[in-house]
Amino acid sequence: MTGSVTLAASVPELILSIGAMLLLLVAGWRGDEASRGISWAAVALFVAASVSLIGAPSHAGIAYGGLYRADAFAGFAKLLIYIASAVSIMLAPGWFSRTGAMRAEYPVLILLSATGMGIMVSAGDLLTLYVGLELQSLAAYVLASCMRRDLRSAEAGLKYFVLGALASGILLYGISLLYGFTGTTQFSGIHAAIADRGLSTGILFGLVFVFAGLAFKISAVPFHMWTPDVYEGAPTPVTAFFASAPKVAAMALMVRVAVEAMGPATDAWRQIIIFSSLASIVLGAVAAIGQTNIKRLLAYSSINNVGFALIGLAAGTPEGVASVMTYMTVYIAMTLGSFLCIIRMRDLDGAPVESIAALSGLSRSRPGLAAALAMFMFSLAGIPPLFGFYPKLAVFGAATNAGYFWLAVAGAVGSVVGAYYYLKIVKTMYFDEPAPLLASSDDKIEGGLIALSALAISPLGYLAIPVLSAATLTAAKALF
Amino acid sequence: MIGLQHYLTVSAILFVTGVFGIFLNRKNLIIILMAIELILLAVNINLVAFSAFLHDLVGQVFAMFVLTVAAGEAAIGLAILVIYFRARGTISVDDVNRMKG
Repeated sequence: MTGSVTLAASVPELILSIGAMLLLLVAGWRGDEASRGISWAAVALFVAASVSLIGAPSHAGIAYGGLYRADAFAGFAKLLIYIASAVSIMLAPGWFSRTGAMRAEYPVLILLSATGMGIMVSAGDLLTLYVGLELQSLAAYVLASCMRRDLRSAEAGLKYFVLGALASGILLYGISLLYGFTGTTQFSGIHAAIADRGLSTGILFGLVFVFAGLAFKISAVPFHMWTPDVYEGAPTPVTAFFASAPKVAAMALMVRVAVEAMGPATDAWRQIIIFSSLASIVLGAVAAIGQTNIKRLLAYSSINNVGFALIGLAAGTPEGVASVMTYMTVYIAMTLGSFLCIIRMRDLDGAPVESIAALSGLSRSRPGLAAALAMFMFSLAGIPPLFGFYPKLAVFGAATNAGYFWLAVAGAVGSVVGAYYYLKIVKTMYFDEPAPLLASSDDKIEGGLIALSALAISPLGYLAIPVLSAATLTAAKALF
Repeated sequence: MIGLQHYLTVSAILFVTGVFGIFLNRKNLIIILMAIELILLAVNINLVAFSAFLHDLVGQVFAMFVLTVAAGEAAIGLAILVIYFRARGTISVDDVNRMKG
């Protein structure tokens, strides 16, 4: 393994981290007035990083002496992360211009966070896993509290920080146990140690702690309690970012740890994953019913969706892993689309509106927005003509083929319960008496992004299935 | 003779103290930051003890990384605490309740 091959394997991280440093200098020099230019430069960096994935970064294999993996799985996850991060940057200027000046650090922090996510999904060692996860989280804590004068934003940042740091501590404790009882921090070494010497109590404890820490990052039950508060309090563009890119990264990391490091202990972690997935589906569906704030409702929706994605992981087969990646692909399109619609909601004074009651009669005042939001809601509920149905079918299929028919049935029942609150929003928009008018909006970028994500989850999305399933299966096979 | 178990026991006690420090403390947010540091130090004791026991350097290298990241984490935690105090005027844990949860 020569140095140049190793460097070439990590080109996306190099582009993003060097670019982030340069943009930070520009932000420090020019201040907030440069935020629009910095945003577009950051989007350009994401495009460059995505293009660089075509080469070595998605098939160079092991790099940096086993610390880093550049395989198809990492490449696919990074592409999703970069798309979601770039969209999170593009949707911000419009929102911030209505609520106060946009800060120039916003795109830089997203760039740094995305660099951390890239390292997470490429981790081949517990050390890289930890450093990547912390880089992602530390940037995210600052993002959550980036509206400094807003109490809710500060409180969201505080809660996210305290619980996130606790989760990192739990994860680290698990890592130290894994290291002590297997004698290595490399995923391949841990895999070999478990295969050779079996699953000792120490390794089992380490496994439980590591999965608890990761479950926090994907906000799966029972480590979900931070999600509603942070999603409600953080500025809406930041919430859109939290619900998309870090979810994909943490889910991909969890899959990699489960398969690459803990492969021989599948029977042990499968119980944890099955419990967590069913609990997430049920809690996400039931707790969402009484919500009046739409950001809080989408937080429960994201908990619910993570539960479905975990069903694919519980299958533990290449097909199951492929279905997880399919799920995350469609999920980011649906969730970013929903948040784009929320970003457009504001009253006539320009203040953001977050209550579900304000959506009443939206179909008469803003038919286009109402139709788009209804599409996203139907798709999140998994109602067939829309593309949101397909990933649910894929995870249930993977679970059935792996012999977990009852799990698929339980998931299907859960999705029916969950459909209730999505449909309630559609009912509010189409059949309730109109609420006070929301201001109209002519932001071309937001409109374009909404149209694009609506197109992706429309029935036209089914045309992409051959490409999507080939890509996810190649990605999944890289792990086995 | 002090063996590996003794180190692991101390570390486990510190870890549990840290976790309880976060959940049982109702007074002051600064104490939560101290509890987080305690958890990370418990992990470091574990890593260094295992490293010496296994005659393997990776654990000590890992401990250096943990120390570095913990410093960054504490800095960000304090910064968030400062803006929270400016907006709210108190750092009592019971008052972190603008959003139900």
